[in-house]
Amino acid sequence: MTVANPSVMKRLIRVREFGLLAIIALIFVVMSFASPYFLTWSNMRAVMLSFSVEGIVVIGMTILLIVGGIDLSVGSVVCLSMVVGGALFLAGLDPWTASLIAIACCGFIGFLMGQCVTRIGLHFFIVSLAFMVIVRGLCLLITKGTPQSLFSLPPAFKFIGQGSLGPVPFVIVIFVVLIAVFDVLLRRSTFFRRVYYTGSNEKAALFSGVNTNRTKVICATICGTLSGVAGVVYMARFGAATPQFGVGMELSVIAAAVIGGASLNGGSGTIAGAVLGAALLSLVTSSLILLNVAPYWQDIIRGGILLVAVTADHLLNTRKSKG
Amino acid sequence: MSEIMLSVRNVSKRFGAVHALTNVRLELRAGEVHALMGENGAGKSTLMNILGGVLQPDEGRIELKGQPYVVDGPAAAQKLGVGLVHQEIALCPDITVAENIFMSETNSRGGFWMETSNLNARAEQALAGLHPVPATALVGDLPIASQQIVEIAKALTLNCDVLIFDEPTAALTETEASALFSIIRGLKARGMGIIYISHRMAEIFALSDRITVFRDGAFVETLNTAETTPEEVATRMVGRPLLDLYPARRGKPASAACLTVDGIADGNLVKDVSLEVRPGEILGLAGLIGSGRTETVLAICGLAPRTEGRIRFDGHDIRQADYRASIRAGIVYLSEDRKGTSVFLDLSIAENISALDLRNVSGSLFIRSRDENAVAEEMRERLGIRCSSVAQPVRTLSGGNQQKVALAKLLAVKPRVLFVDEPTRGVDIGAKARIYAILRGLADEGVAVVAISSELPELIGISDRILVLHEGRVAGEVSGASMSEETVMHLASGLGPAPTQTRHH
Repeated sequence: MTVANPSVMKRLIRVREFGLLAIIALIFVVMSFASPYFLTWSNMRAVMLSFSVEGIVVIGMTILLIVGGIDLSVGSVVCLSMVVGGALFLAGLDPWTASLIAIACCGFIGFLMGQCVTRIGLHFFIVSLAFMVIVRGLCLLITKGTPQSLFSLPPAFKFIGQGSLGPVPFVIVIFVVLIAVFDVLLRRSTFFRRVYYTGSNEKAALFSGVNTNRTKVICATICGTLSGVAGVVYMARFGAATPQFGVGMELSVIAAAVIGGASLNGGSGTIAGAVLGAALLSLVTSSLILLNVAPYWQDIIRGGILLVAVTADHLLNTRKSKG
Repeated sequence: MSEIMLSVRNVSKRFGAVHALTNVRLELRAGEVHALMGENGAGKSTLMNILGGVLQPDEGRIELKGQPYVVDGPAAAQKLGVGLVHQEIALCPDITVAENIFMSETNSRGGFWMETSNLNARAEQALAGLHPVPATALVGDLPIASQQIVEIAKALTLNCDVLIFDEPTAALTETEASALFSIIRGLKARGMGIIYISHRMAEIFALSDRITVFRDGAFVETLNTAETTPEEVATRMVGRPLLDLYPARRGKPASAACLTVDGIADGNLVKDVSLEVRPGEILGLAGLIGSGRTETVLAICGLAPRTEGRIRFDGHDIRQADYRASIRAGIVYLSEDRKGTSVFLDLSIAENISALDLRNVSGSLFIRSRDENAVAEEMRERLGIRCSSVAQPVRTLSGGNQQKVALAKLLAVKPRVLFVDEPTRGVDIGAKARIYAILRGLADEGVAVVAISSELPELIGISDRILVLHEGRVAGEVSGASMSEETVMHLASGLGPAPTQTRHH
């Protein structure tokens, strides 16, 4: 039907995930012609590895963005998880317990930020900016500014970051499991529905009897905890913990979430979108390297992609509200 | 016959596939108040936005005093002498009243420093005839009604030939509204052409010279106000004869109260309010701005803390201010601010409707979308929500249908006491009738309904009895035949019971 087709197309274009998939598909087609290495298993594996761990942080960031918050401290918190886990391991604790404590610390940092936001009434942006610096300082304090070498981690623990199930790196398995779990939770659980209510219109949520403060604190805690998980995976992967790790990570994480459709105004965003956003950024980076583009151009191009994605979203949304 | 100030001929406007306006016309004379009426979605606001320079017409001609009128923005429209008082308040909350009023002047003047004292003095002058609002107050600190007054004062300072009012009284009390009317009459006497949009029939007939009716984006008819009746206008608006606006009172309310409020205060506007609500009745709550109507209800529902007083529901004391506990007990509140606090504009109709009690549509952890949709479909049917699907975002609905969604959200938890605050604000006449019928239907099922409204005819039309508040205290109660605008206003102004009533005592 000539009449039905355009409207179906339009609706699909408005679904963010479809647009991202189309762009990713386009990159695949173009790159498979442009570079013989692109479609090899080792390249695909490298691309997936590169965004899997950061992708865990993107999940947390997306959740916080949906509730109307933001977390600039994720890079520092990931690092905190590494150095706390590493320090406890070096002090003689078994790595599993050390990791759990490290993750709990990171969750607690998120909880603290949530408390500052809801009790004092500060904005997430400011609070997390302060914590970004504070936590980075903690990392330096714990390590006295020097990298920790963790080569003595037992193989069973290193498997988390370095092993693979068949051909698939275990890191990717962890990521996919987390994606699946949080995707279902976000779409169907009552708690995350309250997250959407709170982010969409906090007052209306209050007037619907939602405990918006508690919801926000829990989201911040989830974001901190997932950053902690990512830090532990990094620790297992690198067998080292450097106090400077993760500087600037918040920017690429927020970019991925926003490209995936999360709004800085809260109320919108999906896990599928966020993951595709992260995948797109990683694919672009890898493609640029394969095409021998100078590294300085890569940031410019990635920033441009963010701008284009947000602009497209804005244009589609304004048309939607008028129509 | 006075000269023609503004003429709109065959103007059309499309948004994508939607025809917002099709060949509409309108003729405004100098020294005339011309009312524009129509249901929500009839195209009134679209035409006003075209005249105000916010939107551009796709087709048609507009002439101002015989000259072609083409404007590319609000500033251009103001320069040519067309001012627009927006229905939705468009003020900067963080700057003073005076700075807001003279925003466009400050913008075009080009000087380096603000002339603060001069602006303040002139703002006081502009506000003087309306309502005392301090010129140096921050707009964000003012209640909605005062903000609306600032918006009006802002338009009055523009020295326009044509002034457009889009529902200016929606947030005003009767006194403020009548102050506005005398100002509008003054402007009219000075030869200004005024386009006046309102859903309130009484205002239109008190104020206007002619009435133009739009329906579904098309011109229907221009009538002389003196030669027509509200019924005729309403019929033109909906395209069919309207039956009685207010439903008949059928059942008898129970004699025993289910909710008893005894001497509550909130440490601010609410000083000492006691009231009883009975199952099966609609209790009206009247009062001027500042009387503490809304604040009283917020305190009763547990949405705001109270400093004194007792609330008993079903013989149990409600001690804590906890709205979630109130919802579980069956006490719910419909806010007066639909977009700000009632609905989630970007979420779907179904997601909105289940907001109050997710357990209703979920297992221990997960939402069952089939149940959620079933509840939404049931509400859509019951309240007559006009939409293509319950998955549609609420933003895409008309004001009246958004309000039905807000109401559906509350009804989904099967409330026993329903508080509704300005339930028909900004809603067209068809949706109003539907909402009245819904409220009466609930009362007939044994729900206790408490309604707040600034529109006295509405309050009198739907309530079984009306409790009037004045400065945070109960000024009196009227019921049955003694409910009239006079008796209520008398109490609301703090003058005690109306003279006719005292004779019965």
